[in-house]
Amino acid sequence: MLKMTHLAKVYRTEVVETYALRDFNIDVKEGEFVAVTGPSGSGKTTFLTIAGLLETFSGGQYHLDGIEVSQLNDNARSKIRNEKIGFIFQAFNLIPDLNVFDNVEVPLRYRGMKAAERKQRIMDALERVGLASRAKHYPAELSGGQQQRVAIARALAGSPRLLLADEPTGNLDTQMARGVMELLEEIHREGATIVMVTHDPELAARAQRNVHIIDGQVVDLAEDPRFHHAVHEARTGTPA
Amino acid sequence: MFAYYFQLGLRSLRKNPVLTALMVMAIGFGVAASMTTYSVFRATSNNPIPQKSSQLFVPQIDNWGPEDAATTMGEPPPAMSYTDAIGLMRDHKAKRQTILYPVGVSLIPADANLLPISERSYAVYGDAFPMFDVPFLYGGGWTTAEDDAHAAVVVISKAFNDKLFHGANSVGREVNLDGRNYRITGVMDDWNPQPLFFDVVNSSAFPDPVQLFIPFTRAIELKVATNGNNNCNKSPANDGWEGYLQSECVWLGYWAELPTETDAKAYLQYLHAYSAEQQRAGRFHWAPNERLRNVMDWLDNRKVVPPESKISLLVAMGFLVICLVNTVGLLLAKFMRRASEIGVRRALGASRKDIYAQFLIEAAAVGLAGGLLGLLLTGVGVFGVSLVFDPRIARLATLDVSLVLLTFAVAILATVLAAFYPTWRAAQVQPAWQLKSN
Repeated sequence: MLKMTHLAKVYRTEVVETYALRDFNIDVKEGEFVAVTGPSGSGKTTFLTIAGLLETFSGGQYHLDGIEVSQLNDNARSKIRNEKIGFIFQAFNLIPDLNVFDNVEVPLRYRGMKAAERKQRIMDALERVGLASRAKHYPAELSGGQQQRVAIARALAGSPRLLLADEPTGNLDTQMARGVMELLEEIHREGATIVMVTHDPELAARAQRNVHIIDGQVVDLAEDPRFHHAVHEARTGTPA
Repeated sequence: MFAYYFQLGLRSLRKNPVLTALMVMAIGFGVAASMTTYSVFRATSNNPIPQKSSQLFVPQIDNWGPEDAATTMGEPPPAMSYTDAIGLMRDHKAKRQTILYPVGVSLIPADANLLPISERSYAVYGDAFPMFDVPFLYGGGWTTAEDDAHAAVVVISKAFNDKLFHGANSVGREVNLDGRNYRITGVMDDWNPQPLFFDVVNSSAFPDPVQLFIPFTRAIELKVATNGNNNCNKSPANDGWEGYLQSECVWLGYWAELPTETDAKAYLQYLHAYSAEQQRAGRFHWAPNERLRNVMDWLDNRKVVPPESKISLLVAMGFLVICLVNTVGLLLAKFMRRASEIGVRRALGASRKDIYAQFLIEAAAVGLAGGLLGLLLTGVGVFGVSLVFDPRIARLATLDVSLVLLTFAVAILATVLAAFYPTWRAAQVQPAWQLKSN
């Protein structure tokens, strides 16, 4: 479903080159629930934005659902984003001027879907997250957990092949976070492919597979000395 | 998607009423100023006879010589002497031609207790009516035979016919002009070309409608003096009416209908040959100097469009540009405040084209509202034009359907144009950075 091979992402200025991802390799199979973990600045979010075609990459290959995406133009990338990918963001990213119904409708509008089908999909998605009764509410009138559920409904409405979640519970309290996580698990059980970036080891443990990123590379935790150094530093407060 | 984007645009405009009001006012005032002055410019620079303006020509003959022509940058006099006008008329080289001049003719009412009524009149040849495409309600112009016979015939206006005959068909009936009876051959329908192209030398170019036409030959026979300008470079050699006709005084207008470019070239050659002949005959002591201009060139040459009309249009256009620059700034502020929304929309599948469409349509909605305000203000402006311009010109400025449509078109196009840069900036928002920063 999602395969990156020797992928690199370099941010260049006149004086310095910074590698956000370097020789990055990952292969997520269809129907997998993968948690991507790693310290701040390790490149998790960069990986997610590239995976979601929100950002281009500097080298290597990226196949999404069998399509090599590096040469696609803006229109084609937008179309893939719209049809194959659903996003769930830490900050929910609902549009404050639109009510719940209209927020969920946004990706469907760009798909040129007929009004009746749009309505059916929106209501189905809102039923799914338990917010059908709040369709006319505005984001400001909802709790954080409810807003994230709306964002999940928005991601689900278009029936994407891949769900990309960036710290989906990061802005929620424990109870709300648990509810959102249960919802993601339920969606996964129904066959969705989910890639979730998280800091939270508890959440990561609930995924099928964990991928750890350090310094822009996927690492095998058991064999990577950088992991042990990081653990040592976390425990003692001094570099190993 | 248009309806969706339009709906989003209206929603966005309602969200920031102050910013929206500022933009609408900027567009409204800018458009109103330019449309008001344009309405005056349009009226004064109007082509009064578009279907034939390229076929009707004014010939000019230099019968005064280089000494006098030097004061007019080598240009021959704008009017013609009787000698030259009759000479050209006699040669009859155009498809149709007429000499014309304004005459002061008074209607003598049948009721002796009523005072004579002076009417705006011209002496012309019968060719003038088909040449100038004069529309007739009843009858028509007079014939060449009646020209030759110096016949007492007259063509009257619809207004004149309404006044005298209550709108009835008066063809064949008689009116008393300056104590002589004239038979009516035709009643014109409403006809008031603006500018009055066939006589911009003697009139203000935007006068009241002409009420009467009488034969030129009849007017000359009756020694009817011109009611317009008479310019002489020296006193006539002989006294009296005959002396005046033989003089080099210029006071007559001359028009020739030349349907094709070839006809016009041939006529110019003819004018040259005519002047050369006058030179050989010893009347002109200078090389031939002639001109031939069609309607629009003639109006341009006579500077019919008042300079204040051009200047005010330019100033108003400048004002519109300033308003648009302000609108660019306001739209930029408005659009960039929505960077996070743009980021989300891009992430959810909107292409750059979609963002362009959404924001340009939102700008068009601003333009539409600006157009409505502009229309209202243009109405006020057109009403107030007489405060700035000559009333005879001001009355031509009207708010008709074409100006209403133009006002909306200018408002919307100008706003969309102003929105290009802000929209381009909005479409450059990188969704990844925007979402990361959230």
